[in-house]
Amino acid sequence: MGELLLEVRGLTKQFGSLVANDSVDLEVRPGEIHALLGENGAGKSTLVKMLYGSLQPGAGKIFWRGQEQIVRDPYAARELGIGMVFQHFSLFESMTVAENIALALKDVSSLEALADTIEETSWAYGLPLNPLSIVADLSVGERQRVEILRCLLQDPALIIMDEPTAVLTPQESELLFETLRKLAAEGRSILYISHRLAEVTDLCDTATILRGGKVVEHCDPRKETAATLASLMVGSSIGEIKHAPDTTLGLKKLHLDQLCLAPDGPFSMPLVDIDLDVHAGEIVAIAGIAGNGQSELFDAISGERLTDSEQIKICGSECGTDDVTSRRLKGAAFVPEERLGHGAVPDLSLSENVILTRQGADKAFHSGLFLNRTTAMDTATRISADYDVRKGQPDPVASSLSGGNLQKFVVGREIDRRPEVLVVSQPTWGVDAGAAVLIRQSLIDLSRNGTAVLIISQDLDEIFEIADRVTVINKGGLSQQVDIRSIDREGIGLLMGGIQDQHLKKEDARV
Amino acid sequence: MPVFELEKRQSPSKLMALYSPALAIGMTLVTTGILFFILGIAPLEALFLFFVSPLLESWTLQQVAVKASPLILIGVGLSVCYRSNNWNIGAEGQFTVGAIVGSILPILLPEWQNAAVLPLMFIMGAIGGGLFGLVPAWLKNRFGANEILTSLMLTYVALLFLDWIVRGPWRDPDGFNFPVSREFSEAALLPQMIEYGSLHAGVLVSLVVVGCFFVLFRYSLKGFEIKVLGTAPRAGSFAGFSKKKMVYFSFAVSGSLAGLAGIIEIAGPIEQLIPSISPGYGFTAIIVAFLGRLNPVGILFAGILLAVTYIGGEAAQTNLEVSDKTAKAIQGILLFYVLACDTLIRYRLRFVKRKV
Repeated sequence: MGELLLEVRGLTKQFGSLVANDSVDLEVRPGEIHALLGENGAGKSTLVKMLYGSLQPGAGKIFWRGQEQIVRDPYAARELGIGMVFQHFSLFESMTVAENIALALKDVSSLEALADTIEETSWAYGLPLNPLSIVADLSVGERQRVEILRCLLQDPALIIMDEPTAVLTPQESELLFETLRKLAAEGRSILYISHRLAEVTDLCDTATILRGGKVVEHCDPRKETAATLASLMVGSSIGEIKHAPDTTLGLKKLHLDQLCLAPDGPFSMPLVDIDLDVHAGEIVAIAGIAGNGQSELFDAISGERLTDSEQIKICGSECGTDDVTSRRLKGAAFVPEERLGHGAVPDLSLSENVILTRQGADKAFHSGLFLNRTTAMDTATRISADYDVRKGQPDPVASSLSGGNLQKFVVGREIDRRPEVLVVSQPTWGVDAGAAVLIRQSLIDLSRNGTAVLIISQDLDEIFEIADRVTVINKGGLSQQVDIRSIDREGIGLLMGGIQDQHLKKEDARV
Repeated sequence: MPVFELEKRQSPSKLMALYSPALAIGMTLVTTGILFFILGIAPLEALFLFFVSPLLESWTLQQVAVKASPLILIGVGLSVCYRSNNWNIGAEGQFTVGAIVGSILPILLPEWQNAAVLPLMFIMGAIGGGLFGLVPAWLKNRFGANEILTSLMLTYVALLFLDWIVRGPWRDPDGFNFPVSREFSEAALLPQMIEYGSLHAGVLVSLVVVGCFFVLFRYSLKGFEIKVLGTAPRAGSFAGFSKKKMVYFSFAVSGSLAGLAGIIEIAGPIEQLIPSISPGYGFTAIIVAFLGRLNPVGILFAGILLAVTYIGGEAAQTNLEVSDKTAKAIQGILLFYVLACDTLIRYRLRFVKRKV
């Protein structure tokens, strides 16, 4: 192979006592799609932030086209020819595509000329976009195209992409891969960060795997399988989920009847005529791309936003106008998507976070006036033991736990109540593989013991692993519910895009 | 070029939470010393006069206690607001309305003198201050009006109302046209605790309140609710707590305590209603609340410290011939450093050498 485009030697970055990157080496050749793999907290983001100039390394060297460089800031990175597409979009929603892109470019003679360039480039790379559209009207996939185009128009030699497919349907991802291959064929290099190992073996030429801030392997992903890559990332082979045999369905525990909710802000999604039943003993999954009404639906079921009384039934009784506490008293438990600040208070200790969601429905945690801290502490200890919550102190503050450990705690706290209905939003989002297995297994076990479990998830692998039935939320409405065994990824992908495919309608949907 | 960088700590530093008020006080002393030096006054002598001399004699000590008492009462009330993330800046107004409402009995029914008068005055003062505190709370809940602005502006309404009522309907008929109310009867005045001294029984009320709120914050479900809604409102409503009810609760509590402080000030040292009843207690109590880390025991000490600056300021006025604004300036500098030093609880200062 030819000379290196980017070479990193011994890059180290330390935050307090945590070594986020420990003497990391990396080589990227021109025209190569290079995967950067690792679990959450392995140091991927820290590494690319140093390459892009938003963090300064503590030690080590960065060579660009053979020359040693200090990337002082993102501006300097762009000057060199390093572009970045972030996982979280940084677009002004009320401006047009062209205006958003103009903001990032150095010299823009006229918006019209820029609009023409955008149109031309977007078609050339298979990223069709109307430069005059307002960003707020665009889908997530289209917004990502804007980000990619904005990056491309700066003519980068290296494009860093941070989990680009996390927000895309399988079909949209396929389109993105074609674009990336086209870019690589032009001699541009791509540093591709992803969790999804299947797409890495498919798309990437080389891979660097990080674990605990260190490079554990440079390899050729085409010679590996998703399973071998996963064990390299985690450092050991991951446990398998044990499926219990199907039980016969029990009573209808959660019933949504023509649930409607008006939007409560300019970027909030209305909910339209949602019908859904979850029975004792099953796991129903709601798939869908983020921002299609998932958080609104969660808030409506949990009681953080109220609806008409008859639109929601928990264990047979109408409760659309009840608050969170009375829904918990009826036997429901909830785990929201956001762990810190919603499911748990960051500054409170674990035992106090037990009190948080348990005080309303369980008088063991207070005497009406005073808190019962002993019970809370005992419960926190029990949950930590049962769900393998790893912590440095007996009762640390919630924010000091890693994402996976806090999620195990938050899910465990609700399962510990033995709820009749459990609603979990993004059960394993941003959680390490080991914790994900434990959480999924405990959801399965819970459902087989007679709880009705509803999960709202963006992760199709997860849904196929644990759900019995699946439905897709799209623009605030639900598709029909189908048996998980009668649908594949592509089928769900079509539903995500809002297409009710013909053969799906004929499918014997178990309702 | 060497620079300082603020780096977020993994968890808030308990050590810094203790040190930060001390650091703030230390830096205030240094800055004030420099200010005195620039004014041509010997810094050490001035600082001694301000911060130490009030603690040396019985009568100034009593004065300190009498001045600290309203600061502590109001500060404890404000800590309920600030802990729950509600920004009541109008304690001065609630203090004033409490003083007015609490004075209804001794002014309108001066003949009615018995043991029930004083407790009734306290209750009415607390209710008056509480209701006046509920106005910005209602405006916030109903219209989303910013409580910082409304509570502050209502303060001026209260102050002008007091001015009007003392000069108008409640002016002492036998008072030679001075803008003061009639003098309160013995039954409507707080008993003195030391003969010929200025220490009155109202000081005890502050101590009791400090104790009650210490228990409330640390052990009660309500205290837990206050903390949760203050630090993570979304998690609070997920727990089933109501944000709007907390707005009402916190304003009602802090308004009541400010109102109670107001009527104690009237029934204690002042003994009648006059146009100006407060040297800015309601505003200084904001400093007291923060300097005391929103903790009742901390507020107790912070209230005493700020009271010292009031008394020291009076001494400095006569002995050093500095303006009466000096005490205010010191209080302002103190608040500035308190807030600045609080950053160090969540962040650590790191010295980094940056390559150029």
